[in-house]
Amino acid sequence: MNWFYFSSPPTFFRLAGRLAPWFFILAAVLAAWGLYLGLLVAPTDAQQGAVYRVIFIHVPTAWMSMFLYFVMACYCGLTLVFNTRLSAMMARAIAPTGAMFTFIALWTGAFWGRPTWGTYWVWDARLTSELVLLFLYFGYMALANAFEDPRRGDRAAALLALIGVVNLPIIYFSVQWWNTLHQGSSVSFKGTSMHVTMLTGMLVMSFAAWMYAIGATLVRVRSVILERERRAQWVREAGAA
Amino acid sequence: MTIWWSSWSDFWAMGGHAYFVWMSYGALLVAIVVELVLLRVRRQRALAAIEEERDLEAEN
Amino acid sequence: MDATVTAGGQTAGSFTGGFSWAMARDLRLAWRHPDEAVLTVAFFALVASLFPLGIGAEPQLLTRIGPGVIWVGALLAAFLALPGLFAADYADGSLEQMTLSPHPALGWAAGKIAAHWIVSGLPLTLLSPLIGLQYGLAPDTLAVQALALAIGTPVLSLLGGACAALALGARGGGMLLALLALPLFVPVLIFGAGASEAQATGLSAAPHLSLLGAALIAALVGLPAAIGMAVRIAVD
Repeated sequence: MNWFYFSSPPTFFRLAGRLAPWFFILAAVLAAWGLYLGLLVAPTDAQQGAVYRVIFIHVPTAWMSMFLYFVMACYCGLTLVFNTRLSAMMARAIAPTGAMFTFIALWTGAFWGRPTWGTYWVWDARLTSELVLLFLYFGYMALANAFEDPRRGDRAAALLALIGVVNLPIIYFSVQWWNTLHQGSSVSFKGTSMHVTMLTGMLVMSFAAWMYAIGATLVRVRSVILERERRAQWVREAGAA
Repeated sequence: MTIWWSSWSDFWAMGGHAYFVWMSYGALLVAIVVELVLLRVRRQRALAAIEEERDLEAEN
Repeated sequence: MDATVTAGGQTAGSFTGGFSWAMARDLRLAWRHPDEAVLTVAFFALVASLFPLGIGAEPQLLTRIGPGVIWVGALLAAFLALPGLFAADYADGSLEQMTLSPHPALGWAAGKIAAHWIVSGLPLTLLSPLIGLQYGLAPDTLAVQALALAIGTPVLSLLGGACAALALGARGGGMLLALLALPLFVPVLIFGAGASEAQATGLSAAPHLSLLGAALIAALVGLPAAIGMAVRIAVD
């Protein structure tokens, strides 16, 4: 299979258009299942009470915030090394969804923290580094759009994203490296720390978030391609389909 | 797979944590709706720009 | 074209050659126009003096907030000097000459950053004990503070230099640079202020200083190359 076939913008434009609805449908089905498990079936936590149910969106959005940055950084690396156009467009398309998930992870964390810790916000390592991640997303988007020449924005922002990658291990390991208020990971492979329904619900919601992110990225990358290629012949001929 | 709650009002009350739980889920819902609207707006703008370009070319 | 630029155009390029040439050139320019370095230091001293006036001069409070205020002041002062780091060389074409010179980008990029640190970070480090005295910090805390600044301000110069190079010719100027650089400065602020605070409360400052040192090594290894690359992107 020749992957470079799909890396031509016209081909990928059509492919993304065909795939995106399926990812949204998959996301909706998974979210319905996950919410059913998480909100209706899973038992209430004996220590924290019902507020722990925020976990079914907090953990998936937090995972996605880091995972999407990682994927974006990979596309940025491709942009710098191979100077491919589509990889830069993909990175641009991922960033807003990543920022959205980062914001929701912070927001849901605050509303979970208030009843359990007694405060909406603490300046501990994990929260601070997640906030830095949000600003990295904003910085990436601002720099990518700050140049007359979009190719220059692609490359400069790609380099910024790669510098920002050092933040990811800091977020991920912060609860182990520093003794903080934020609880450690709820998912351990010893498996005893969590009820099986809770774990299933959380994983299903994570897959829902992942599928949604792919769908949103594919829809956005189509707009990015149209914006960038609007003088190209194939865009005219496609009748802007 | 039995439902944990004994009634719908129990479910909405979330054991007294309704405000915190629904503020979280509500924010996610709002964020997704906003993102989908923005995606639509962006697509329409891109299409409008292409139309504009085409009209300009037709005039020349 | 500036005469000093031609001096770098010798045929055999090397890291040390590029480094010393770029550093000497920027230091000479700074020496000819000392107002910028003086302004940076004056800004630092001024910001640090505004806090006691704004929130009251209780000695206990001042001792408590002193390290943090000094670090935030150092952060902002380091940030102030950033826009000028590459902008003038970019505007008059010297930067393009540097990318064409036989020296590797790594060398002259590191040299420029070193000059930036000598003009901004080093004076702040030397001035910090004076500011610390105003805040009533104990002598051992002053020493830890100066040591932390000595390790941390080069990291700020390197990170800020990378952001300044990336933002060359971008719309949004200083605000964009703030959005790019200040979040990356956060870890330095945390470990730096943490070192003084640990010392002041009788704990060991060593873990914070080691983390700062690790950050400095990582920055020294990775960022000069990134700066060279960013400059190349800008002049292409």
